[in-house]
Amino acid sequence: MLIQLAATGEGFNPPSAEDFDLPPFIDGVEFATKPILLAFLSVILISVFFIAASRKAAIVPSKLQFAGEGVYNFVREGLARDIIGHEFLKFVPYLFTLFTFILVNNVFGIVPMLQFPTMSRVSFPYVLAAITFFIFHYIGIRKQGIVKYMRDIMFMPGVPKPVYILLTPIEIATYFIVRPLTLSLRLFANMFAGHLLLMVFFLGGEHLLAGVIGLKLVSPFAFLIGIALTFFEFMVQVLQAYIFTLLTALYIAGALADEH
Amino acid sequence: MEGTLNLVGYGLSAIGPAIATGMIFAAYINGVARQPEARSVLQPIAFLGFALAEALALFGLVLAFVL
Repeated sequence: MLIQLAATGEGFNPPSAEDFDLPPFIDGVEFATKPILLAFLSVILISVFFIAASRKAAIVPSKLQFAGEGVYNFVREGLARDIIGHEFLKFVPYLFTLFTFILVNNVFGIVPMLQFPTMSRVSFPYVLAAITFFIFHYIGIRKQGIVKYMRDIMFMPGVPKPVYILLTPIEIATYFIVRPLTLSLRLFANMFAGHLLLMVFFLGGEHLLAGVIGLKLVSPFAFLIGIALTFFEFMVQVLQAYIFTLLTALYIAGALADEH
Repeated sequence: MEGTLNLVGYGLSAIGPAIATGMIFAAYINGVARQPEARSVLQPIAFLGFALAEALALFGLVLAFVL
């Protein structure tokens, strides 16, 4: 593509990681950026929606109540109860908040006018993963005591002694480094890559439109693929919100279980 | 023509997770086809495995940009 476009005399700058570095919209106020604004917007949207959905709770639900309860039930029955087991009720608020917050912030990536997934700024997933990290370790320590909890992590019962040389470092790395890191990077990288992909097709299609007539004819295909990818992105965004919550529930369940 | 070889390397490194993801869902579909009522049990496991395999590809992506 670069070679063809070079003939038209202007270069195409493919979207890169710098495109995610949005400047603050108020000069001099470092934290007033679009991702922060979107995060606040998502909190307002979620609050308004669920307060409206649960205000006039009736036995025969209205459409709004049905929608709100649908999301709540999905997290409560599908994620919390099935995975955590009989102590699940305590963790439903956290899992539900996590799911809706990530979902709405992800979907911002394809909402017209907003079109920026908040989670493609890595600090947001970091914080969410840190909260999950502290919660599941705290639960594990409170439930089993710090000695037993650490012993179960470091020296998994029922393993021949020499294997511990290999297993102990792996287990420690899994619990304290790999888990929070994968949790946050998975969400971040999915949103980052998805947004980059959409930018490539739409900006590339726009640039093709400015080329010679042959390139103009190609550009609708770029837009068509971009539209198809937008739907694909929507699927990925919902899936990532689900996976983040699912893994959080699994980690909590693991910390609650007596045997790892 | 300019660019970075990192992205070629990333493309190569994505082959492994791609095969892994395919195998995970193949096993999931097989399982559900043989025993449809096991779907609700298999689904979180399948997505967990998918997420873990996919994480490797995404590490590659992050490293392709960072390095």
